[in-house]
Amino acid sequence: MSQVVILGAGMHPWGKWGKSFVEYGVKAAELALKDAGVEWTDIQFVAGGDTMRNGYPGYVAGATFAQALGWTGAQVASCYGACATGAQAIDTARARILAGLCDVALVVGADAAPKGFFKPNAGDRPDDPDWLRFRLLGATNPTYFGLWARRRMELYGATPQDFAAVKVKNARHGLENPNARYRKESSVEEVLASPIVSDPLHLLEICATSDGGAALVLCSEAFARKRATEFIKIAGVSTVTPSYPSSVIEMPNLATDSWAGAALPERSFRDSIAFTAYEQAGVDPKDLDLAEVYDLSTALELDWYENIGLCAQGEAERLIRDGDTAVGGRIPVNASGGLACFGEAVPAQAIAQVCELTWQLRGQAGARQVAGAKLGVTANQGLFGHGSSVVVSR
Amino acid sequence: MSETKTRVPAVPGLFTLEPEVALVGSRCSDCGSYFFPREQVVCRNPRCRSSHLEACELSRAGKLWSFTSSAYKPPPPFVAPEPFEPFALAAVELEREKLVVLGQVVRGVLPEALRVGMPMQLTSEVLEESDSQVLMVWKWAPSGAASIEAKR
Repeated sequence: MSQVVILGAGMHPWGKWGKSFVEYGVKAAELALKDAGVEWTDIQFVAGGDTMRNGYPGYVAGATFAQALGWTGAQVASCYGACATGAQAIDTARARILAGLCDVALVVGADAAPKGFFKPNAGDRPDDPDWLRFRLLGATNPTYFGLWARRRMELYGATPQDFAAVKVKNARHGLENPNARYRKESSVEEVLASPIVSDPLHLLEICATSDGGAALVLCSEAFARKRATEFIKIAGVSTVTPSYPSSVIEMPNLATDSWAGAALPERSFRDSIAFTAYEQAGVDPKDLDLAEVYDLSTALELDWYENIGLCAQGEAERLIRDGDTAVGGRIPVNASGGLACFGEAVPAQAIAQVCELTWQLRGQAGARQVAGAKLGVTANQGLFGHGSSVVVSR
Repeated sequence: MSETKTRVPAVPGLFTLEPEVALVGSRCSDCGSYFFPREQVVCRNPRCRSSHLEACELSRAGKLWSFTSSAYKPPPPFVAPEPFEPFALAAVELEREKLVVLGQVVRGVLPEALRVGMPMQLTSEVLEESDSQVLMVWKWAPSGAASIEAKR
């Protein structure tokens, strides 16, 4: 398959800035356009990642960003897939380019997040599992992270020290990232001394909510060739849904599917996310140089090592203990610092992961650079069954 | 709590309290899949697609798939007792239905008392009281603890 080129990448630094999400998105877009050497007026298609927290402009983010940058008559899409929103926007722009409907597109996601736990939309909505889980069980997002973490301890002998080691690693990676919100080293002792949020996970092991923005300029190979001879490409994008029956309890559900009437699929949902992108790209996980995965909690990062094929099931603890996933190790994970250092800005995070891979594959990642990086993958998962994975290659 | 108030499920349709607490799901009479909450239109097994879905009560016992706690007060619409006390949550695998159901664990049972694989039993507790009603919710209890809880 023909590939789409990542011509430019940009981010607004993440944190709690108290500004509108539009401002974050516009700043990220301007940086991506500058990086690409493309004028806003040259952009033929804009894909915006929606945010559900910022009123009507958030629901129509593509047009909101286009208006803020100045109407040009560009075609537009606004995409939502919860935490996978950014992958939906990337996929939409990529499909347009591959179909020959446009040469150059801008993808933007940004959010201004509330403090504390995410909660459901307002109103009594007993048909909405997201409302039900809060109303009846007080089941916050960290509740689910805790269930998965305890399960890892039971099945694979993971220890609280293993989980804390993920935070220590990511905090060290994020130290040198100017876009990261938290730039401070953590020790295992410090992590384990922070208060428990959801057993066995501590405050320092659960990602915060943040403001932030990220943007990409994507184009066809023909468009890119007029400007350069070497470029970073999107080799695969997965927005896959689960296969029935899905047997792991997932946010925001009260129950899993039943496997009484149908055999479990060969691959679990999380296993299928990156593998769908690998199959599209024609790559094998053993050829990867680095990965950016969705570390909502420290323990969840270990699950991803297995889900994206860095090791067999039950071997993730060995990878973190051996330092394999630290920068300088065999297969660095979250060289950016991950959500541990950024926090969640929902519509921006899947785009931000691709920004990081772009800078890494260009050799522009400074002190967190993974030497000789040529092939990377992102993995992410959106509520209600939105897979999200992008394979990026030189 | 007042004796005159009626005890009702906090959200109707998800579970019953009489004659004993039970989660209300549905079962596809063609492929045998179960659903909770109840599925009413079409079987979600993509290779079945039957519309023969019958309401049924789910098993009241299962094995602990995993567990955790909520050490900080969850946001609304959850109404937490004041002062807030941490509580445990359990994901329990039902043998017959082959599915995992989440629920709070009965008051006073914290993660220290739980182990993956242990037998769990469905019970109920008060979620909150309104002026006229006592709103109830299903809970999971380690088997043996449920009978003690029900007598409270």
